[in-house]
Amino acid sequence: MSMDRRDFLKAAGISSILGFGASVASAANLITGKQLLPPQVDRNKEVLTAKRWAMVVDMSRFRTDEDFTKTIEACHSIHNVPSFPNKKDEIKWVWKTGFERAFPGHENKYMSEHLKDMPFLLLCNHCDNPPCVRVCPTQATYKLPDGITMQDMHRCIGCRFCMAGCPYGARSFNYRDPRPFIKNENKEYPTRTKGVVEKCTFCTERLSVGKMPACVEAAPPGGLLFGDLEDPNSDVRKIVTEKYTIRRKSELGTGPAIYYLIGGGEHA
Amino acid sequence: MLEKALEGGKKYWAWVFFLGIFALSGVYWYLRQFEYGLGLTGLNRDVSWGLYIGQFTFLVGVAASAVMLVIPYYLHDYKKFGKIVILGEFLAIAAVTMCILFIFVDMGQPMRIMNVMLHPTLNSVMFWDSLVLSGYLFINALVGWVTLGSDKKGVPPPKWIKPWIYLSIPWAISIHTVTAFLYAGVPGRHFWLTAVMAARFLASAFAGGPALLIILSLIVRKVSRFDPGKEAIQAVSRIVAYAMFANVFLLGLEFFTAFYSGIPGHTHPFKYLYVGLDGHHELNGIMWLSSIFAVISLVMLWIPGVRKKEGSLVLACIMLFISLWIDKGFGLIIGGFVPNPFEEVNPYWPTYPETMITAGVWAIGFLVLTFLYKIAIGVREQTAGVEIEH
Repeated sequence: MSMDRRDFLKAAGISSILGFGASVASAANLITGKQLLPPQVDRNKEVLTAKRWAMVVDMSRFRTDEDFTKTIEACHSIHNVPSFPNKKDEIKWVWKTGFERAFPGHENKYMSEHLKDMPFLLLCNHCDNPPCVRVCPTQATYKLPDGITMQDMHRCIGCRFCMAGCPYGARSFNYRDPRPFIKNENKEYPTRTKGVVEKCTFCTERLSVGKMPACVEAAPPGGLLFGDLEDPNSDVRKIVTEKYTIRRKSELGTGPAIYYLIGGGEHA
Repeated sequence: MLEKALEGGKKYWAWVFFLGIFALSGVYWYLRQFEYGLGLTGLNRDVSWGLYIGQFTFLVGVAASAVMLVIPYYLHDYKKFGKIVILGEFLAIAAVTMCILFIFVDMGQPMRIMNVMLHPTLNSVMFWDSLVLSGYLFINALVGWVTLGSDKKGVPPPKWIKPWIYLSIPWAISIHTVTAFLYAGVPGRHFWLTAVMAARFLASAFAGGPALLIILSLIVRKVSRFDPGKEAIQAVSRIVAYAMFANVFLLGLEFFTAFYSGIPGHTHPFKYLYVGLDGHHELNGIMWLSSIFAVISLVMLWIPGVRKKEGSLVLACIMLFISLWIDKGFGLIIGGFVPNPFEEVNPYWPTYPETMITAGVWAIGFLVLTFLYKIAIGVREQTAGVEIEH
């Protein structure tokens, strides 16, 4: 079943000539043999790699509502995440919620409302031992060697077992065709079809061209740190080693890779 | 034998027509859902499984319950079940058919259903569930058809069918255990994370399935000359009573663990279902109806005088069936999703299209059941009075 590069290019060439999914420009590139990679892949830039990608969220850096909306909007606009008028159909990859909701059971009754409602940025935890991957009947969701939990929207059968499995509510289902609800479609990232599950992918498509995840770039400076947890010199590793960080529901054994830095302060 | 399903009086065809209407309306609404997506249902980001998966879960139990007739008849040589056992096997076929249809209508990308077999994933309970369900359908179809075929010819069933019959016993247990594992194995859903889930599934299955069978047997006796046997029905009713007792007991254990431990996450789904949480009381009414019906039907089945009268037995069976249908076909699923992982209450209620699709699947299941029972009755009416050793 494996396809070598030549066969792939042939098939890709034929399908682009037939007009399946490729623009005229990339078809022309294929014919001249100039550009063999998808247009968004810039071969001059180094690919970002890691043994174990992880993120540290320093909530002290997020001060205004705008800090959150900018971060969330960066992700959602790049990834063609639709905004539906009806909350029932909602799809989100990254969002904010109050402390009490993000860390149920950590609140106490004397805590001020301000603290209880203190906003936290939430996204897929890219767990070491993800229940979603365990339960998926088709391996449509799977682990990459660098720790990222990926989602293959072309294989997903839409059974939503992963949504039942995820203890973090990180997954969304396309209850209807999302395309009419994408504000400004980013032509460089695929849109999805109805009936499949999607979620944050730690921007694998950006890492592969040497870019940091979109949310990391858009967040206030130092708000989101992204790096290799296995590298002792990385920012994320240093913070996780030296500072007090908490993870959501780590008692479930999922091994979440998003660390929330409490108390913030100077760390960079 | 198939031709027997095509011979019937006006009442028979009226019943088939009635089911056909619902089946067709189900197909119509399903096509709408196929076009629009599952957004046509009440499902949402928080409650991502609902009525369809609930019905699937409940019906796996009905299917598995055939084993409650197969064990006494084939393992313990309890001859009284000679006639009724075919009704159990054919009920299992109709139930598994509905299970498969409910899974199908719940899929976001139904055209990709073969991906489950193309990319077999041993660590996914759903992969195993699809495997055991289709296997169970095959075994029951084979056993039911072969034994009934032999009855028609007036000969004992061939020897080679025996291993299949014995295989159907652990297989029936497996379909419901694996279905329970769909729920009992996911972390972070407090309501489902319980070791007694599979045990409770089996107990409720062995109560609900045979209760339905009693109702069906009495209908069969009324509309045909085929009598599954008064004693057989009484024996089944005792099975229902014991199984229902086990089920209510196991449910009680769940309450004890949740409330005596006092762990908030464990108590919340129970509170949501029975008394309401954060001002949401949507399901309290039907959950209490389920509990009250459970207790009343259990008491009725427990008192020999009440159980032995067929009028009151049917009433008890109907209440028991409704009770379990609410508890397992709805409450069990919703309790796993409400409150959500953020301890927020976002309720769910099925929409009209969703309800019509559900009714359509039940209608298709009952059409299958009607045809199969018609065939079984036809054969039995011909061979009435002749007892064949199985």
